[in-house]
Amino acid sequence: MLTEEQIRRYARQLIMPEIGGSGQSKLLDSSVLVIGAGGLGSAAIQYLAGAGVGRIGIVDGDEVDITNLQRQTIHAGNLGMNKAESAASFVRKLNEDVEVKAYPTKVDVENVREVIAGYDVVLDCTDNFPSRYLINDACVLESVPLVHSAVLRFIGEIMTIVPGSSCYRCVFPEAPPPGSVPSCQEAGIAGVTTGIFGVLQATEAIKLILRLEVLENRMLYADLLTMEFDVIDVRKDENCPVCSGRLKDLREVSYVETCRIE
Amino acid sequence: MKRAELSEEVLDLRDENCPFTFIKTKLKLEEMDKTVLRVTFSDETTARDVARSVSSEGHEVLSLEKTEEGWTLVVRKRG
Repeated sequence: MLTEEQIRRYARQLIMPEIGGSGQSKLLDSSVLVIGAGGLGSAAIQYLAGAGVGRIGIVDGDEVDITNLQRQTIHAGNLGMNKAESAASFVRKLNEDVEVKAYPTKVDVENVREVIAGYDVVLDCTDNFPSRYLINDACVLESVPLVHSAVLRFIGEIMTIVPGSSCYRCVFPEAPPPGSVPSCQEAGIAGVTTGIFGVLQATEAIKLILRLEVLENRMLYADLLTMEFDVIDVRKDENCPVCSGRLKDLREVSYVETCRIE
Repeated sequence: MKRAELSEEVLDLRDENCPFTFIKTKLKLEEMDKTVLRVTFSDETTARDVARSVSSEGHEVLSLEKTEEGWTLVVRKRG
């Protein structure tokens, strides 16, 4: 049963046929882990908290720096603070219904499975290939739905991975060789691009919780300069070393450079 | 107020404003086990607005009439 205050707080979504009281209860009973409280995470976290996702975990080992504020607006006023703690303090101010846990650390082979287990959805809001492969592989092994996104300048991509669907490795079996693709640090990133894709990730998480249709076996690719949005069908690779079930332990993989699995 | 039938739920929303008139009607319909809801509003416009909204969500409006208390809408919950 929703309280009088909750009825007022969530009025604009309770009124929607897709959410209503039962959808709101699902959101309040759900948990989402956001890995990376940078540009993507900063946008995603705000809307997950607003919607009343009952438990939000935030993982980030970095501190807020002046170069972050062009896009990571959740950290306003928190220069020098750990990003997970900073984002958690925003969530606590916005919505007391949300239980928020900050993990002021980086995910690695040793801790990632333990951190993601127990969450209903994981958002990959990191900015590098080793983390993407590590998180994809861990989510497949733990059977936790994952929303991947990656952005650069004015372009971005997003896809949702659920147990049984194609995974990130089905689409991109290995990372491009180091140096062949520019990073955000080298190429730049428009703040709006992270905002749009982070909010798209939050949208996918909310729809996963509400059991609505998501970008499963599909990738959305958008160029915000031309405003062309394309949805590309992606196929499950039956020989994928991860989602075929061959990989049993993340320690078998070296998450450096191309992150290839032999 | 007319005595509620055993199979009815009753809701008094005469002190509530839009959009909470509809939201509280909708939430009641979602959570109640009984099949019929009798809900009273302060005015006709509100009662008609809520009647239209619950219809669009698939519930059946059985009646809408002026009563001693205000405007009363009787709705059968979607099966």
